[in-house]
Amino acid sequence: MKKEKIIEGLLKFSALVTILTTVGILYVLLSESISFFSEVSIWEFITDKEWTPLFVNKHFGIMPLVMGTLLTTFIAVAVALPIGITIAIYLSEYAPKKFKKIVKPLLEILAAVPTVVYGFFALMVVTPFLQSFIPGMSGFNSLSAGIVMGIMIIPYVSSLSEDALSAVPKSLRNASYGMGATRLQTAFKVMVPAASSGIIVSVILAFSRAIGETMIVAIAAGQQPRLTANPLVPVETITAYIVQVSLGDVAHGTLEYKTIFAAGITLFIFTFILNNISFYIRKKFKEQYD
Amino acid sequence: MTRGQINRLKDQAFAYFGIFCTLIGLVILAFFIGNIFYDGMTRIDWDFLTNLPSRKAEKAGILTAWAGSIWIVIFTFLIVVPLGVAAGIYLEEYGKKSKIAELLEVNISNLAGVPSVIYGLLGLEIFGRLFGMGNSILAGSATLALLVLPIVIVATREALKAVPPSIRAASFGLGATKWQTIWYQVLPASFGGILTGVILAISRAVGETAPLIVIGALAYVPFTPSSPMDEFTVLPIQIFNWISRPQHEFSINAAAAIIVLLLITFVMNGIAVYFRNKWQKKINW
Repeated sequence: MKKEKIIEGLLKFSALVTILTTVGILYVLLSESISFFSEVSIWEFITDKEWTPLFVNKHFGIMPLVMGTLLTTFIAVAVALPIGITIAIYLSEYAPKKFKKIVKPLLEILAAVPTVVYGFFALMVVTPFLQSFIPGMSGFNSLSAGIVMGIMIIPYVSSLSEDALSAVPKSLRNASYGMGATRLQTAFKVMVPAASSGIIVSVILAFSRAIGETMIVAIAAGQQPRLTANPLVPVETITAYIVQVSLGDVAHGTLEYKTIFAAGITLFIFTFILNNISFYIRKKFKEQYD
Repeated sequence: MTRGQINRLKDQAFAYFGIFCTLIGLVILAFFIGNIFYDGMTRIDWDFLTNLPSRKAEKAGILTAWAGSIWIVIFTFLIVVPLGVAAGIYLEEYGKKSKIAELLEVNISNLAGVPSVIYGLLGLEIFGRLFGMGNSILAGSATLALLVLPIVIVATREALKAVPPSIRAASFGLGATKWQTIWYQVLPASFGGILTGVILAISRAVGETAPLIVIGALAYVPFTPSSPMDEFTVLPIQIFNWISRPQHEFSINAAAAIIVLLLITFVMNGIAVYFRNKWQKKINW
């Protein structure tokens, strides 16, 4: 049975590659960041209001990048959340089975389109359109990047929320109908509260996805780190900064090179926390009705 | 109007709003794509597909870009399929309920949520510098393979789960070993599901831009790669490069290249959906 053991060993090794990947990510981010923070204090990193590592007068405050990231993310979620949840409710409570079967894979297309294509849409179509009635809007801005990102993450919200609604036992819905409630009342007073943990998970994942999105914001939101909540002016996100530096000629080992890892670990911490909150909620509320 | 009538009216109104929301995203996407086709279709011809990149928009082509994409796809496939399927088999058939399996599961769902640009940083340091692959096709493929690995693992597990235990029991009953059972019975039965996951993973890899930019893939590569250690560019990077230029002619080029990229993405997704439906229908245990 030696062969069986060898094969099992190989399979196990393949599974362990995923652990190695995580270890690798942590090692890379930490080792370069530690080296970065030996030259720039964490206090400056968090409190300085300017981010200009590529200029002569260098400032290393991450806040402008975090602000740019949060701004585009909130705009995206503000678009995707109401639309996505309405779709989920419509598909699970109203739509005929046939319609649902056709529409669900079609909606998945929204998430399958390469993000560089969405970036093109945002820059070439959405921004000129918005400029036609928002005077003073800059050619690069967080609004159109955020809106287009929101369209992209609609299926993340709708599909997971719909799964959550479908998982609610039929008896609850029937009981509500039996009391004379309409579909709308049943949806909002019975189904949505019952499926709330799943819906919350879908929203958290949408946040996480939007924070990590790179190409749309790199193309359409601009490359000017700025501490602002104004959606009409150019900003820069953490991800867009990493791309900007990667496109240029920054030598390994320089402080500029290390900034992308300091930015990267900030991004990683954000998404890691969000992913684990969603994981925790999913685990905790899983067997509510079983 | 009575309370009941008002409620029914609200109910009806929400039904229409639901249809509106369901279709709005798709309508906008259709409008975008229509717009792209309108801009880019005139630019697509044989020369555009076979020309090298150029500083003049009307002479520039996407030969190096799609050649690079094909190289990347082949090597990503070669790395991710054995790794992902093997990991999926281990988790589903061997490691169940062990402490390490639980850890692996949490870890994989976490990896699936790591932004793609972070994988770029991983590839840059580990494959590019530590393993000395630089900004080669191999470094790019290895990076993308790790990025889409969770997709293949999850798809493999789902496909294996769908094979009923009676198949395994029957094989064991005839004296087959565990691996023989998996290799001759379980894997062939779950082939369709695994294939669907692999196609979706590769389609994701084709459209990825950020991680490859981070590992140092170049926008301007004046030759087609001839070995996995060569420098490369891919379609999405070529598109990004053209979008970044101010001249209108280059954005036309970008639109034309997007048509090619979307065609590849949609065809792959279409094939994946087709296989999923076909295998779901065919297997009636």
